[in-house]
Amino acid sequence: MDTIPKTRPKTVEAREKVVILFAGDSGDGIQLTGSQFTESNALFGNDVSTFPNYPAEIRAPQGTLAGVSGYQLHFGSVDVFTPGDVCDVLVVMNAAALKANLAKLKNGGTIIANSDGFDTKNLRLSGYPDEENPLSDHSLDNYVLHTVDVTKLTRNALEGTTLGMKEKDRSKNMFVLGFINWMYSRSLERTQAFLEGKFKSKPDLLDANLKVLQAGYNYGDTSETFTTRYEVKPAPMPKGNYRNITGNQGIAIGLIAAAQKAGLELFYGSYPITPASDILHELSRNKHFGVKTFQAEDEIAAICSAIGASYGGALGVTASSGPGIALKGEALGLAFMLEIPLVVVNVQRGGPSTGLPTKTEQADLWQALFGRNGEAPIPVIAASSPTDCFEMAFEAVKLAVEHMTPVILLSDGYIANGAEPWRFPEAKDLRPITPPYAKPRESAEAEGRTSSEAEKFLPYARDENGVRPWAIPGMKGLQHRIGGIEKEDKTGNISYDPQNHELMVKLRAEKVQRIADTYRPIRLDSGPENGDLLIVGWGSTYGAIRTAAVELQKEGLSVAHVHLRHMFPFNKGLRGMLKRYAKVLVPEMNSGQLRQLMRAEYLVDAQGLNKIQGMPFTSEEIRVAALNLLKS
Amino acid sequence: MSTLQPAAPAPKKLDYSSDQQVRWCPGCGDYSILKQVESVLAQHGRPKEEIVFISGIGCSSRFPYYLDTYGMHSIHGRAPAIASGMRSVQPDLSVWLITGDGDSLSIGGNHLIHMLRRNVDLNVLLFNNEIYGLTKGQYSPTSPEGAISKSTPMGSTDHPFNPLALCKGADASFIARGMDRDPKHLREMLQRADAHRGTSLLEIYQNCNVFNDGAFEVFTEKASKAEHTVFVEHGKPLLFGNGTKGIKLDGMTPVIVDIAAGEATVDDLWVHDERDGFKASILVRLFDDPREKDALPRPFGVFYVSDRPTHETKMNAQVALAKQKKGPGDLDALLRGENVWTIG
Repeated sequence: MDTIPKTRPKTVEAREKVVILFAGDSGDGIQLTGSQFTESNALFGNDVSTFPNYPAEIRAPQGTLAGVSGYQLHFGSVDVFTPGDVCDVLVVMNAAALKANLAKLKNGGTIIANSDGFDTKNLRLSGYPDEENPLSDHSLDNYVLHTVDVTKLTRNALEGTTLGMKEKDRSKNMFVLGFINWMYSRSLERTQAFLEGKFKSKPDLLDANLKVLQAGYNYGDTSETFTTRYEVKPAPMPKGNYRNITGNQGIAIGLIAAAQKAGLELFYGSYPITPASDILHELSRNKHFGVKTFQAEDEIAAICSAIGASYGGALGVTASSGPGIALKGEALGLAFMLEIPLVVVNVQRGGPSTGLPTKTEQADLWQALFGRNGEAPIPVIAASSPTDCFEMAFEAVKLAVEHMTPVILLSDGYIANGAEPWRFPEAKDLRPITPPYAKPRESAEAEGRTSSEAEKFLPYARDENGVRPWAIPGMKGLQHRIGGIEKEDKTGNISYDPQNHELMVKLRAEKVQRIADTYRPIRLDSGPENGDLLIVGWGSTYGAIRTAAVELQKEGLSVAHVHLRHMFPFNKGLRGMLKRYAKVLVPEMNSGQLRQLMRAEYLVDAQGLNKIQGMPFTSEEIRVAALNLLKS
Repeated sequence: MSTLQPAAPAPKKLDYSSDQQVRWCPGCGDYSILKQVESVLAQHGRPKEEIVFISGIGCSSRFPYYLDTYGMHSIHGRAPAIASGMRSVQPDLSVWLITGDGDSLSIGGNHLIHMLRRNVDLNVLLFNNEIYGLTKGQYSPTSPEGAISKSTPMGSTDHPFNPLALCKGADASFIARGMDRDPKHLREMLQRADAHRGTSLLEIYQNCNVFNDGAFEVFTEKASKAEHTVFVEHGKPLLFGNGTKGIKLDGMTPVIVDIAAGEATVDDLWVHDERDGFKASILVRLFDDPREKDALPRPFGVFYVSDRPTHETKMNAQVALAKQKKGPGDLDALLRGENVWTIG
């Protein structure tokens, strides 16, 4: 099929941005391939955004649609805010991967298919009719199709090594990675260094992976099938030092940084759950920061151990996803009543119940706000991107410590696993965090106080922000008793007095409301200060909304975008901002939870754009919804 | 905890009482336990601010309010998890956990066994009254089969837990039993529990005179105590019935022998070795219903002690090792990560 003469030199074409989707069996090493290529591009200076998408089963039946794992990467020489609506290139390791993802490929896009994954068995497992092979039946004529026998070429590259066939085949993904690096004119250096680290103690595997990686690269160079390489120049990003970061890494690093700034030991109590477990993994690698990780027996013990640690004077943190947060509800109420610092992270996934463990959703907003008995308002903040996970984790700690309250931080599976470049700060530039410690005291006699009631330490006396002092066991002269049972104002003693209960409910609520006084003024992400339409977003929809809003503005439309980070209490400036636009659109990956809150709070006729498919929005979906609302 | 030097001069016992009025029912066994705890604290003389009492929910869990130490009255069943977190970051304080049979063996059963296997250094006082008192009289996980209660008018159909066998199964490093009606022995058990490093599990038979009066009468009252209890001491033979009877191990089976009648001599008896885990597993199984004929007596005392390292010791050792290997955490290095590129 290839008629190009062997001597023909390869051409290099420039591309502004590229969306590439790697897909294969969940055992094919797709996530590794994708994340390595991401690192190479980021190091080169591209802006990147990624979307790993994998099945809940660790090894779903091989070759089936259920077992397809994908890693979508958007990289460009321009600002990139989403993993891309449609793909330019689809790399598929088998028939199921093609079938599951073809709809995401743009017309005329490129398919690179591992022909070995299209044998009779794979075709049957992925549900193609008998005798039909998409690689040869012209059904893909609208695309540029390259078939490569990755399995065979990998085995060839490893001829003469002592590895077994199974082990040889396991490095197939390195062939693909080598080839893609060639295709996009990237150096293999970064991946080679990674492999050297990963297989430090297994020289034969290191050797094999390096060989196959190089073979993939050389294949691009020598194969006659491929005549064109592409080049994506570095993006014009603000000056500074960058690294790549996923949302879960951002949270872990943010927690450590904030604990250091507050001078607190970080204690992390957690029970493994998708998609939050990576926070536990990351923190447990950082014990040299004094981080203590505790894998608890269940979700309840996870939060309770964190409460105990905070009571003991550390920074107690726990993280989970929706089902686990449900189990933590009672303990959250206790932390609220105790008025001690606690950070609770919810990396949301599709619900209800077990729901869609590996898919993303924003449907736990109400759970965060209302999921407790009695009136227990807890500050809720939300991260909008992988890098914002760092900022918001830091903010969560600052609010929790300085206001003596549990704080819920909402992330979700999309940004938890997605990566983007991060212009990381220097430690000295991070904001200070000041715990409101009580002052230890000598005995009444020694300090010359009378020992009357009024002179006693009052654990629930409040400062001007309604915040009580933090007295930690071991501090002299501050012994006191706290608990979940209603307490008397100031003394903290048990009280069943009706007036006192009402007072305490109000004092606790007021303390949380006053947190809004500490926020920076609300500001638009983009668009005019007043106009026809305001798009209000929160959480991980940021990239898609940002992209859509900027496009609409370029089209000359009067559209602005504000992205909320404080879900409770709201930023006080939001009320006035909403009044300056004729219409309000609230895109959410739920049935309209923020929209309903805004309607209740501001009597605004906000319209929803709601997607509940376990998948993030495309920017096009938002653009179209905005246009329709503007027209209506 | 035992390594700390007692402060001089020893504070008076009353120093450890808070200003709160004690509000258990008149005649409740809890009063006696509170008194013995205060007495042991005074004897030890530890500064008040270095002592923490953490409880769950139930009558016994009001305990922390009555002591002028640090205290937390938490939520039902979760005190072990809270105390485990607290202990992880506060290795030097004296930590006590107050719980009941419902709190620790029903709603909090999971946390209890996991705390025991981890061997978190604290003293658990498990007030067992075989009834739910605070909710006014439902049967508990330690109520005997057939127990008539508000929720079991026809008798309980549930087989009860044997708390110490459960704790032994969870590899508790210190297991003991005392009773509210024997203050001297209880004080001794409290001291032993306090001296042990690791989770000290002390079950205390406690009479609920309102909802389950006399549940342990046969063990606590003078007339029957000698016949139905055996007070075990390390290195001493298992004698009871005022020295007239003893327990012999027939293979792995404990049997009662009548010393007075010459069935065996004291030398034939099972000699208690609190370091012997295998024998402790048998000892915790001396759990016969005292109403049955030839029932084995119920043991009291320290059943088992082992010196395995505590959870927080190991946790802190890892942190220390990580610091030694990687150096104390450098925040800028963490922020920077491993792959950095510069623009500008």
